[in-house]
Amino acid sequence: MAEFYGTEVASRLMLGTAQYPSPAILEQAFRRSGAGIATVSVRREAGGERAGGAFWDLVRQLGVSVLPNTAGCHSVREAVTTAHMARELFDTKWIKLEVIGHADTLQPDPFGLVEAARILTEDGFEVFPYTTEDVVLGERLLEAGCKVLMPWGAPIGTGLGLTNIYGLRTLRAQFPDIPMVVDAGLGLPSQAAMAMEMGFDAVLLNTAVAKAGDPAAMAEGFALGVKAGRLAFEADPMEPRDMAAPSTPLIGKAFLK
Amino acid sequence: MSEHVTILGAGVVGLCVATELAARGMALTVVDPNPRPGPHACSWWAAGMLAPFCEAETAEEPVTRLGQEAADWWARAGVEVAHEGSLVVTLGRDRAELDRFARRTIGHQSLSRDALADIEPQLDGRFDRALFFADEAHITPRHALGHLRDSLEASGVAFVGISPATAGLTVDCRGLAAQDVLTDLRGVKGEMAVLRAPDVVLRRPVRLLHPRYPLYIVPRGDGVFMLGATQIESGERNRATLRSVTELFSAAYALHPAFGEAEILEIGVDARPAFADNLPRIRRRGDTIYVNGLFRHGFLLSPALARMVGELLLEGKTPEMMDENQRER
Repeated sequence: MAEFYGTEVASRLMLGTAQYPSPAILEQAFRRSGAGIATVSVRREAGGERAGGAFWDLVRQLGVSVLPNTAGCHSVREAVTTAHMARELFDTKWIKLEVIGHADTLQPDPFGLVEAARILTEDGFEVFPYTTEDVVLGERLLEAGCKVLMPWGAPIGTGLGLTNIYGLRTLRAQFPDIPMVVDAGLGLPSQAAMAMEMGFDAVLLNTAVAKAGDPAAMAEGFALGVKAGRLAFEADPMEPRDMAAPSTPLIGKAFLK
Repeated sequence: MSEHVTILGAGVVGLCVATELAARGMALTVVDPNPRPGPHACSWWAAGMLAPFCEAETAEEPVTRLGQEAADWWARAGVEVAHEGSLVVTLGRDRAELDRFARRTIGHQSLSRDALADIEPQLDGRFDRALFFADEAHITPRHALGHLRDSLEASGVAFVGISPATAGLTVDCRGLAAQDVLTDLRGVKGEMAVLRAPDVVLRRPVRLLHPRYPLYIVPRGDGVFMLGATQIESGERNRATLRSVTELFSAAYALHPAFGEAEILEIGVDARPAFADNLPRIRRRGDTIYVNGLFRHGFLLSPALARMVGELLLEGKTPEMMDENQRER
């Protein structure tokens, strides 16, 4: 089981709650995904502290852990304020920290991210920082008190999959004991499977499911992809090799010409 | 059948139901605390797009099927219906959005840059490609509401401010105000704006697809345009935010830079009543029939729901959108 800040989570799939055609479809997608954690954008959906009540209730009724996020925050102060609002709304110390540095690419602001992570950690939050695959940035976030990292696969909403496999591998290898979630940029279950095969602890996605023609079916597809990838990782896959290696012994042939 | 019916709420649903029942010869009283259609009703802020095919991008099947009744119904009711179709465009780098939209909808044709310029000359050179939904239409909601109300009054329907003591058979069309009884109803906040841009000429609604800021613009005539609309999971009925309005205005500007010189006439906000699947419901509780949850499809689906209420009361026919299953949470 995956563990984040001492909490064990049965499913390695985390699902966002934005952009679904309707709350009913959101609920079906969660049911079929078996996701254990739901992320919620407090800023975008709330429209005022209490007004989103019906939607918050719906999210709570999904019966999964809620990981509120600071999506859409472009400054440290905004992110910190939103985190406090989230803590009150959902009664959780967890916060997925997004500090957006570039409005167009939605790339994280590494400097603001580290600063906000430090402030929130000191304030008792358990921070899940949405970061790039940069190792130095990862290290700074850990120094700031984060015990989980959430590197992107690709920019938010692109569905491009893992665009820097080398970087992600390096990050994974540098901090083997830190739970890591590939967050953002996934479009297909095979990409989620790939992240899991590489040893990431979980994946988080939203658009790929919410914007699919049949979100519930896509949610299940991702659940299977995540499961397949995790099983492969745990099974210790064979090393790729250049030469063919017959799976049945070829008796009587010369060894290698 | 001579039974008297009380209709609660004179928004688009209440007025359509009243029109339908009056046409079938029923005696009616319409109850609404406000004497005229106005900003208190969420339908006041609506776009009035009769776009059953475009809506299929995210809406469930009944919306497209039932919505096809709307244009004829409104024309029969004496409302001016613009049969100009609608357009869907996207900015260069979001072209995949247009492909997705095309895959998930029917009733459209793909227009080249030149074909687009032929029907909407001011968009010439701005978009390489567009989808044209020729069979869609639009109306002006505030005219439509006023027209239904005046026609009903002229035909002898009584409009009163408070419910009579013995209401008898009642059709509750109060929208979000019925949340006191319909506990599974929620509000979905929407923000819109009205602009005057005399330099812009568009004959039909244009939807600009964008992964973050989807927008539509509906021409109201005389250089006036309605810009909509955000969709936020919140029951808040006031407080248009700078963020939302900035997004709407930026998208309009991206659609046509001449909107940069537009005069801002109005910024509006309200919440749409919706059930969990964003589909409307007809629900019966004793002597009261609730018609609610029309979400962003008030003008598109009220005609079909009004017909169903008529068939239920006069022919005893159980409507398709009736939920006997009491799906309240």
